[in-house]
Amino acid sequence: MGTALETYRPSDIQLGRVAYRRRQTVRSIAIAAGSTVVLGVVLVVAVTGAPGWDLVRQDFLDPTEARESFVPILEGLWLNIQLLFFCAIASLLLGLLIAVLRTLRGPVFFPVRALATAYTYVFRGTPLLIVLYVLAFGMPGLRLTFTPSVLVLGGIGLTLTYGGYIAEVFRAGIESVHPSQRAAARSLGLTYRQTMRHVVLPQAVRRVAPALLNDLVALQKDVGLISVAGPIDAIRAAQIAQQHNFNYTPYIVAGALFVLLAIPTILVTDYVTLRAARRQSAEGTT
Amino acid sequence: MPPAPRTRGVLVAAFATLAALAACAPQKPTPAITPTGSGSPSAAACTPATMQTLTAGKLTIGTDNPVYEPWFTDNKPENGQGFEGAVAAAVATKLGYANSDVVWTRVTFNNAIQPGPKKYDFDINEFSITDERKKAVDFSSPYYDVTQAVITTKGSKIDGVTTLAGLAKAKLGAQVGTTSYDAITQVIEPTTKPSVYNNNDDAVTALKNGQIDGLVLDLPTAFFVTSAELDNGVIVGQVPAVTAQPEQFGLVLDLHSPLTTCVSQAVDALRADGTLGNLTSKWLTQVANAPVLN
Repeated sequence: MGTALETYRPSDIQLGRVAYRRRQTVRSIAIAAGSTVVLGVVLVVAVTGAPGWDLVRQDFLDPTEARESFVPILEGLWLNIQLLFFCAIASLLLGLLIAVLRTLRGPVFFPVRALATAYTYVFRGTPLLIVLYVLAFGMPGLRLTFTPSVLVLGGIGLTLTYGGYIAEVFRAGIESVHPSQRAAARSLGLTYRQTMRHVVLPQAVRRVAPALLNDLVALQKDVGLISVAGPIDAIRAAQIAQQHNFNYTPYIVAGALFVLLAIPTILVTDYVTLRAARRQSAEGTT
Repeated sequence: MPPAPRTRGVLVAAFATLAALAACAPQKPTPAITPTGSGSPSAAACTPATMQTLTAGKLTIGTDNPVYEPWFTDNKPENGQGFEGAVAAAVATKLGYANSDVVWTRVTFNNAIQPGPKKYDFDINEFSITDERKKAVDFSSPYYDVTQAVITTKGSKIDGVTTLAGLAKAKLGAQVGTTSYDAITQVIEPTTKPSVYNNNDDAVTALKNGQIDGLVLDLPTAFFVTSAELDNGVIVGQVPAVTAQPEQFGLVLDLHSPLTTCVSQAVDALRADGTLGNLTSKWLTQVANAPVLN
């Protein structure tokens, strides 16, 4: 058999096929490069050639303004990042808890299920801004002995709201696991809790990972809403700079920083989605 | 060879983009009208018939919603009560508008001074005249000299403080985009970062809740808040001006508005005939006796 392989010579037709495929590849690369260049030139000419370009550059892309506002905006962004870190962890835990409670079986758990369901209805429905106002301005008005700081209260508001969304994402994942999986686990002698822990949740979480990361990207931008209660986040810092000089460059700076902050999360999301798709559908077939 | 249909589509889209961008190009700004010099229109030109207001024959005046004493009363700017309500009414009368020809519109504080088209002929909203703001809007002659003041609640950390240095460790708050905020960052310069609020109502709530030690407001508002909105409010003192110039309130007009000269003339006339002085003593009497922090 080995000698047969060594003496293999592709036929002329096969050589022709290979050459044709190579030509096609080169051709598509050339076309892609060509159309990219054309679009790039059109965009540059259209944007910089537009009669308003000078005004736009002056009002939105002023390097001096960008430099002056950069440090305060970065300081504000640090607050966003800290809040994001704690709120992301807290809302994931809360969401998971609520989802598990909402999917409990058995009549005895009806009140728990009802409460969990009511929670997801209420907090997904309430605008985040209102939750923040009530918690950050209303709660301290009660003058309780241990009123936490505005940041903690705002963090609780964010966690409550995002916990609602995330709970539903988790629930979708849990319910997407086929009932035969539970049945098989229970027939092996696993308890309900063990079934959830070792069979259902691992599959559920894997399936909804892209949706979860999506919510985290959204949370990344919403943590800044806490600035209504006084703390200066990146967008507020940009607003202060903008109000001072009536130049919109600080907003662009803040926007760019937020995009930079979101890129790692988005890359991870794409990677996880791709990997899940490969594993679940087409692995080994290509 | 003619381009393939698909390529042609791309080209059409590209040109459409170009055309769209050209269509939303800004119009040439109207030439600046310098309010000073011999070219300024005479008082005779400032009549409802000749003034280019938003609606011909009507004068549209803007202010925030809600508005408070002592500037307005009952959140009704059209009643001519309160200092700014009365000033606006006096300016309108001076320009020859009957009460029925004055239209009030509501514009939030921060939006009123953004560049771009305005929905008012002039806006009266305790706007201090600053060089930065002059890049975005026109100001009339000043109608009131103002100072910033720090307020707090009885028994708070800064109750009884008499110097600026005494405020160094305080957590202070102000409304975003105001000269009150500048007074904190440029004059008081506390070590703790100030809290910034969308409006003074939020800031007052935060003060009530003890989330901030003190709040910086213009002095007349400080008197109103401490007397009417807070049960145990006290004025700590006045803050010296940010610049060597005294801080002054002016009416806000669109940048290069053709009305700026007329409105300024009206304000000047009101100052000259004593109306402004009378209105100040009628509505802003208590203001004189707050201690100055140094």
